[in-house]
Amino acid sequence: MTAQTIPRSEKPARSLQNRLKPGDWLFAAVTTAAGLVVVLVIAGMFYELTNEGWDSITTNGASFAWGTGWDPSHQVFGVGAFIVGTFVTSVFALVFATVVAVLVALFLVEIAPGWLARPISYVVELLAAIPSVVYGLWGVFVMGVFIRDQLGPLIVATLGWIPFFNGAPLTTGLLSACLILTVMILPTVMAVSRDVIGAVPRSQREGILALGATRWEMIRIAVLPYARSGILGAAILGLARAVGETLAVTLVIGNSVQIPDNVFAPAYTMASVIANQFPEATALHRSALIEVALILLAITFVINVAARLLVWRVTGGQRAVVQE
Amino acid sequence: MATTSFERRVGAAFVAATLAGAVLLGAACGGGDSGGSSATKAPASNGGAAVGKDDSAQLTGAGATFPAPLYQAWFEDYQSGVAKGVKINYQPVGSGGGIQQFTAKTVDFGASDAPMSDTEMAAAPDVQHIPTVIGADVITYNLSGISNPLKLDGATVANIYLGTLKKWNDPAIAVLNPGVNLPDKDIQVVYRSDSSGTSFVFTDFLSKVSPAWKAGPGTSKAPKWPVGQGGQGNAGVTNVVKQTPNSIGYVELNWAKENKLPFADMKNRAGKFVTPTADSSSAAAAGVAIPDDYRVSITDSPADGAYPIASFTYILAYKSIGKCSQQTPFVDMLWWELHDKSAQQTVTDLFYAPLPSSLVARVEATLKSLKCDGGATASLKGG
Repeated sequence: MTAQTIPRSEKPARSLQNRLKPGDWLFAAVTTAAGLVVVLVIAGMFYELTNEGWDSITTNGASFAWGTGWDPSHQVFGVGAFIVGTFVTSVFALVFATVVAVLVALFLVEIAPGWLARPISYVVELLAAIPSVVYGLWGVFVMGVFIRDQLGPLIVATLGWIPFFNGAPLTTGLLSACLILTVMILPTVMAVSRDVIGAVPRSQREGILALGATRWEMIRIAVLPYARSGILGAAILGLARAVGETLAVTLVIGNSVQIPDNVFAPAYTMASVIANQFPEATALHRSALIEVALILLAITFVINVAARLLVWRVTGGQRAVVQE
Repeated sequence: MATTSFERRVGAAFVAATLAGAVLLGAACGGGDSGGSSATKAPASNGGAAVGKDDSAQLTGAGATFPAPLYQAWFEDYQSGVAKGVKINYQPVGSGGGIQQFTAKTVDFGASDAPMSDTEMAAAPDVQHIPTVIGADVITYNLSGISNPLKLDGATVANIYLGTLKKWNDPAIAVLNPGVNLPDKDIQVVYRSDSSGTSFVFTDFLSKVSPAWKAGPGTSKAPKWPVGQGGQGNAGVTNVVKQTPNSIGYVELNWAKENKLPFADMKNRAGKFVTPTADSSSAAAAGVAIPDDYRVSITDSPADGAYPIASFTYILAYKSIGKCSQQTPFVDMLWWELHDKSAQQTVTDLFYAPLPSSLVARVEATLKSLKCDGGATASLKGG
């Protein structure tokens, strides 16, 4: 038995259904175009960086990746020292910021009453709104002096028997950069951790409490393991931000092309060398800096993709799919 | 959840458009590459240049940051006081950027602290270097208890920056400063972390007075500094020096004067300790044989009262291919700044050093010789 269908010629000409069709397609076209622009911009970035950095890629070859010499006047280029600087400062910031951020997130979700949790949450997120250059100036004038006068001598006094911690504290250096990055990525990691911990189902918490667990045991057994991959994702998001942070780090890291031998020595990051040397760079020097930028972009891209996937596994949300 | 046919169609359209866009982008980027324009092409008239009345023009220049405050003051004074229709826009993007844009003919003039090298001139054969003012690098330091300026010489500074001279009370420094109580502390070395003409002039001087420096880091805008830490810009170096006891750094003279920093007297080639001033900077130029194209380094000048770390800063002008509508008002402006009393007063007010009088006549002749496209002489004034 055939279903009753209305032959096309008999459909009312100006029905509601017909009037909406052009609007639907227009909407689809505009949003598609917007999405397209984003994808093309990213693809364009990779293409342009590879194109402009091609001279350096072919001239310097693979040794560019681990060579630690960077001497533009003698055409020696190697990104090794910058990768070490970026890696050390970012991983330090990652570890310390994650620890503090998870503690803050646990406090906000599990322990603090609502009237307290909301303002504190807001204040921590406000840290993310402070411009990078302001962080840099704070790092130079406040934190740098603190490291030189108080924190540095304390570290030398307590940990000075380890060669890495034995040095002359200055206002700039590896430690300054690490601490400033920690403060800068703290709000990012905290915000995502808080959402991830909040997304742990109540059933998990109530179940373990029903078995007689204390509050700390509940957090340790029911909440943290469930939220683990999400917190890891939050941490990696923070890492992505730390890797690319330019201005604040440039002002406090000391800008010396070397692998620092103690925690107070000056160092260099990939973003800083580009910021410092690009305006005056020509020819192969410029191409080498663009290759550094390409490597930085690739690293940031990979870290971001990994982080997003991890976070979505836990929260289930943020996906562009309408939930059923 | 199954995708609806609507979603499938949007997805297909998206992928198709992405591929099409990528192909178009690749063709566009591959075809139109920047730089390397033919030598016969006239320079582009920069964004919205007004070609109409005789003394109405819009010019754009780009280049060094060192003379930027001076040029911007000059251009404003010129527009408000002399030729109301002539608007000159200067972008301090750095000497390297200025040379690049000048070579690509995207600006009407360039500016650079260091003269263009032979390779750079091969790409821009129509360039005429025109020295405008003289700048100097001073050695600033942070030492408590020192009231009079320190005395230093080139070899000592080179050894400090090489890392071979480590302590303030080293005999090499003590012998230059008899009676001064130098602390028994390590010297904290500070340099410019960003590529700059200031570093170029400083390392040029060090290369002349120290064979070890010349063989090592050499002359460069961004040399490989053996020791020390970097600060970004004059401000960065000043900050680090101020906050690090027993530190030493180098900044531009006009910056040091404006911020009232302590700086050292340097021993010049004639054996005298010279305080960096506008006069001693100008004296450095007077003591060196200046070639016809003005491309010369005046560091370590042999003149008696010369400050050893001084250098010209140059305007890069087109010798013959500049558009007349742009070139003529520009050359007039250059003539004005060379002769006008208020313009020269601005030079000293902002702590730059004017060209020595022996050089002014030569620059005048150069300005008169500049031509614009069409073969006409660019300069209307003078002569």
